[in-house]
Amino acid sequence: MYSILAVDDSASMRQMVAFTLKGAGFDVVQAADGQEGLEQARNKTVNLMLIDQNMPRVDGISLVKALRQMPQYKVTPILMLTTESSDAMKAAGRAAGANGWMVKPFEPSRLLEVIKKLLG
Amino acid sequence: MIEPGTVANQTASGEIDLTQFYQVFFEEAGENLSSMETLLLAISVDEPAEDDLHAIFRAAHSIKGGAATFGFQDVTELTHELETLLDRVRKRELALSTEMIDVLLEAGDVLKAQLAAHQHGGEAAGDISTLLSHVRRLAGEDSVHGGAPAVPHASTRTLEMTIGPLGDLGIFDNVIELFGEIPDLGKITFLDDVSATCGTTSRRYRVETACPDEELCDLLGFHVSREQVRLVSPPAVAHVADEAVSGLPPLAGRDNGDPGYGLFDELPTKVVAAPSARTEPKVRVDRPAAGADAATLRVSVEKVDQLINLVGELVITQSMLSNKGRDIDSAKHAGMVGGLADLERNTRSLQEAVMSIRMIPMAVVFNRFPRMLRDLAAKLGKEIDLQTSGEATELDKGLIEKITDPLTHLIRNSVDHGIELPAARIAAGKPARGTLSLSAFHRGGSIIIEVRDDGAGLNRNRILAKARERGMAVSDAMADKDVWQLIWAPGFSTAEQVTDVSGRGVGMDVVTKNIAALGGSVELDSAEGLGTRVSVRLPLTLAIMDGMSVAVNGDTFILPLANVVESLQVSPDMLRTVVGEGRVAAIRDEYLPVVCLHEVLKSPTPKGASSSKILVIVEADGARTALMVDQLIGQHQVVVKNLEANYRKVPGVSGATILGDGRVALILDVAQVVAACSSGPRTTRPTHQPVH
Repeated sequence: MYSILAVDDSASMRQMVAFTLKGAGFDVVQAADGQEGLEQARNKTVNLMLIDQNMPRVDGISLVKALRQMPQYKVTPILMLTTESSDAMKAAGRAAGANGWMVKPFEPSRLLEVIKKLLG
Repeated sequence: MIEPGTVANQTASGEIDLTQFYQVFFEEAGENLSSMETLLLAISVDEPAEDDLHAIFRAAHSIKGGAATFGFQDVTELTHELETLLDRVRKRELALSTEMIDVLLEAGDVLKAQLAAHQHGGEAAGDISTLLSHVRRLAGEDSVHGGAPAVPHASTRTLEMTIGPLGDLGIFDNVIELFGEIPDLGKITFLDDVSATCGTTSRRYRVETACPDEELCDLLGFHVSREQVRLVSPPAVAHVADEAVSGLPPLAGRDNGDPGYGLFDELPTKVVAAPSARTEPKVRVDRPAAGADAATLRVSVEKVDQLINLVGELVITQSMLSNKGRDIDSAKHAGMVGGLADLERNTRSLQEAVMSIRMIPMAVVFNRFPRMLRDLAAKLGKEIDLQTSGEATELDKGLIEKITDPLTHLIRNSVDHGIELPAARIAAGKPARGTLSLSAFHRGGSIIIEVRDDGAGLNRNRILAKARERGMAVSDAMADKDVWQLIWAPGFSTAEQVTDVSGRGVGMDVVTKNIAALGGSVELDSAEGLGTRVSVRLPLTLAIMDGMSVAVNGDTFILPLANVVESLQVSPDMLRTVVGEGRVAAIRDEYLPVVCLHEVLKSPTPKGASSSKILVIVEADGARTALMVDQLIGQHQVVVKNLEANYRKVPGVSGATILGDGRVALILDVAQVVAACSSGPRTTRPTHQPVH
C-alpha cells in the first residue's frame, strides 16, 4: 500500500485530500505546516508527497528543498498544491525539486488522476 | 449562479460529497478571520512587521482556497480581491495605510456574514460591489489591472477562449447566458461546429470584449474555475505570461484542455537535478511552535454537558456511599473504608477534570473588544488605548457567552461617558490618549473581571442631585460607595443625566441584573477626574457551587459560599430593635439588619430556642445582612440542579441539590431573600435601642 504525506495548513483541505486518498486505498499521513511535514517525513518514509505552497512556519518551497536533501526522498514524487498558478511559482517549485503542480481548487478525481501518473 | 452543493456533486462524479467538509471549513475560516482581525488591529501602519503581513495574507489566502474548493463563490470573489491587495502590501509594492486597514476590517465583517449565510442557510450579505471596487482601487488595479498596463482597457479586442474540460456540459450554456446578462462583457460566438464538439468536454469561442482578461476570468469564475478557462489573443501575443508578469492571469499559453495540473518532467524515478543540490539544507523556521490546533479535538457541547451531568450524578452517589461508610467499622472492613476514600478522591479529580473541559480562556471575550473600541473611539473622536491582562484566565463556557454583553455595555459606557475628548483631557492635565484596561483574575472561588478607565470619573453631586429629582431617598452624608450604587437603579441613566452625552438605550441596571442572574455581582469605584473602575465578580462555573449548609427547623438549606462572609454565635446583647428598621445585630461597631430564615421560609419558630442560634453574615448587592439559622452543618461542593426545569420558579430559591444522604436541599438566593425582607430604605447611621 502506498503511503502519501499531505501537508496543508488548511484543515478542511487536509481532510478532503485525506478522505479522497483513503477512499482510493492510500495510506495518508497529514501535517499542518512545513515544519510538521518535515517531522512526519522523517518519522515515516512515504511514497508520495502533496505539499501546499503557502504555509506558516516553513513554506512549501522550503519544505520541498529540505526533503530533497534527505537521502530517502531524492526521487520521491512531490506535487505542489497551490492557488497561485503563476509561472514564477511553478519555476520556484521546479527549482526546489517538485515534480509537478496542481492548482487549488481541484476536483478530487483530478487529484487521483495525477497521483496515479506520478506513481506510475 | 452555482450553489455550493452542485459543485460538489458534479465534480466528484457522485463519489465524494464535499458537504461533509463544510463544518471544518467554516470553523477554520472563522479562525482565520479572527486572527486576521487581531493582526490588523495590532499592526503598526508605519512599520508593519513582515511576519504579520505574511500572516494576514495567509489568512485571506487560506479562506480563498477553501471557499473555492467548496464552491462558496461570493467568499472566493472577495477573498481573491483581498489577497491581491495583501499580496502587494506584503511584497512592499504598496504601503499599508489606515484606509486599507479599515477596508480590510470591513471586508472581514462581510466575509463573516457571507460565511454565516452559507453555514446557516440565510441570505448572503447585500451588494458588495462598492467594497470590491474599494479594495481593487486600493490594490491599484481599478484603472490599471494588477499593475500591468499591457492590456488596453477601452478598446475592444478579439480573443479566442477555450473552456473545459467540464464534467457538466450544461455549464457551457451558463457561460453563454452570462454574456447575455452582462452586456459590458462583450460578444461571444462559437468557433467550432456543434457536430465537431460532440463527445468532447471542451468548447472554443470567439469573444469580442473590452474587458481585461482578469475581469473576464473573474466573471467566468461564477461558472467555471480559472484553470478551465484559456484565453488567447490570435496575433501571437500569447506568451507574455511566461515572463511571470505580476498580476497577469496565468492563463495564456497553456495546453488545450488544461486539467489544472502539470508535471515538470517525465516521471517518475529520476533524480531531480535542480539547483536545490547546492541550497542550504537548513530550513527556515519563521515562528516557534505556535500550532495550537495540533492536539485539539472538536467535540459538541452537548456531549460535554452530558458528561458533566453524569459526573454530577456520580458525585451524588459517591457522597451517599461515603455517608453510609461512616457507620462501617474501619477495623473490620479496612479495605472497604480505604476504597471509599479512594473513590472520593478520584471522583473529585474526575469532576475537576470534566469541568475544566468547559473552561474557556477570557481571551475569547477580550479579543472582540479591540475592534469595538477602535470603531467606537473613531466615532466619538476620542483616542483610546486598550490594555488587557489575564486573557488566559478560564471561565465556564456558559458564563463566557453570557458575560460578553454586560462587558460590552460597561466598555461602551466607559468610552462614551468616562473617557474625555482629547482636548478636555489635555486641559485636565492628562495625556490626550485615554486608557481603558480590561483584566481578569481569580480571587477565592470567583473570577473578577475589571473594566477600568482613566476618564472623568463619576460626579457625586450630580448623581445626588439627579437622585433627589427622581424622588430617591438620599442624603449628602452618604458614603461614596452608596452614591455609586445609585447609578445601577433602573432608568438612572448616567448617559443623559450625569454626563450630558447621549445614551445607548439600556441602563446600567440591566448590566447588574444580568450579572446577578449569573450568580455574580458588580462593584463600582470612582474618583472624580481620575477614572472609574467596575469589578464584576463571577462564579467559576454554574454547574457546581461551593455552599454552606445550614439547618433551619430541621431542614437543610444551602447558602452560596460566595455570599457568606462569616458566621457567629448569637449573644443576647447583640440584637437590638431599630425604629423603622426591624431587628439589627451589633457586630463590631456595625449594625446589620437581621433576617430570620424561619420567618422567610415560613416554618414555625419554636419559641425559646433563640439562645442556640447562629448568625451567618452574608453579603449581597453590596450590602451585608445577618441571617439567623439554627445550626451550621458544613461546607460542601454542591451540584446545582435547576429547580425551574424540574419543578417551578420559587422566589428566594436559586436551585436545588441532592445531599449526601439522598435528600433534596434548596439553594437560597441570598440577594432575593434579603430584598424580600428589607423594609424601606436603609440608612447608614441608624438610631437604635436595645431589645432587652
